[in-house]
Amino acid sequence: MVLNDQDYQLIAEIQGGLPLCSHPYAEIGQRIGLDEATVIERIQAMVDSGVIKRLGIVVRHHELGYTANAMVVWDVPDQRLDEVGEKLGSLDCITLCYQRPRRLPDWPYNLFCMIHGQERGKVLGYIDQLVSSQGLDDIPHKVLFSGRRFKQRGARYQ
Amino acid sequence: MTEALDAIDRAILNRYQGDFPICSRPYQEAAQTLGISEEELIKRLQRMLENRQLSRFGPMYHAERLGGGLSLCAMRIPEAQFDKVADQVNAFPEVAHNYARDHRFNMWFVLATETPERIDSVLQEIEQQTGFPVYNMPKKKEFFIGLKFEV
Repeated sequence: MVLNDQDYQLIAEIQGGLPLCSHPYAEIGQRIGLDEATVIERIQAMVDSGVIKRLGIVVRHHELGYTANAMVVWDVPDQRLDEVGEKLGSLDCITLCYQRPRRLPDWPYNLFCMIHGQERGKVLGYIDQLVSSQGLDDIPHKVLFSGRRFKQRGARYQ
Repeated sequence: MTEALDAIDRAILNRYQGDFPICSRPYQEAAQTLGISEEELIKRLQRMLENRQLSRFGPMYHAERLGGGLSLCAMRIPEAQFDKVADQVNAFPEVAHNYARDHRFNMWFVLATETPERIDSVLQEIEQQTGFPVYNMPKKKEFFIGLKFEV
């Protein structure tokens, strides 16, 4: 979809969150001079076109007890990338799965996925299990657990 | 965790990490599918936001489709200088989040900029200020994932 100035205003207005009141879209409209029907129509169009990936709750994994947050990186031969990426993406415990560029010679890994769990031991056990069940023994991987988290916020748009 | 979640909180979290209704009274519609009142749903969301169990309640944008830039970046920082560099990096408003990880590449952050071109200039500014190289690893392809993070 082509976004107009009004859309960008709407995008900026709701980026921090929807108002928690019984007519949130009317409330947003009031702030930026649009009627409720227009706000609903534009937000729906953004969801339909994928400008808004999801509308709803964004959780804080850490505060929900998911403190073992592992980034698992794989050095996958290029010709197997799609096969392995699709396999990993389909597993329940994996919350993101991306191809990214290698940064040779320092960084050989080209497939990244995230696993959130409550304990490191369990997450590692799960990774061992998926390596053997998915036939990934010959693909080098590394597990990078997160330590301190310095900053977490959504991207800002103006 | 600040406060335990009960069965209703979990039902809310598991149901509405997406697909929030877009209609005149969305909380009422959502509450109905959960079997609670509109008022109770609003109160519970408010409490979970205040307890910081939720990061936000609203849209998650597709940065590239908004015309913005998005990238994952990594740095290798000696332990002794780590805190200082973390402060320098976090001071950039374009740094959306930043995690320490247990690897030689020990600092990982996400850059979100208003235009794709701006990614490179922010990277250069970070390199100049910190004196360490930044490894830029933008997404090349996204594999399909189910939506939910189950609690």
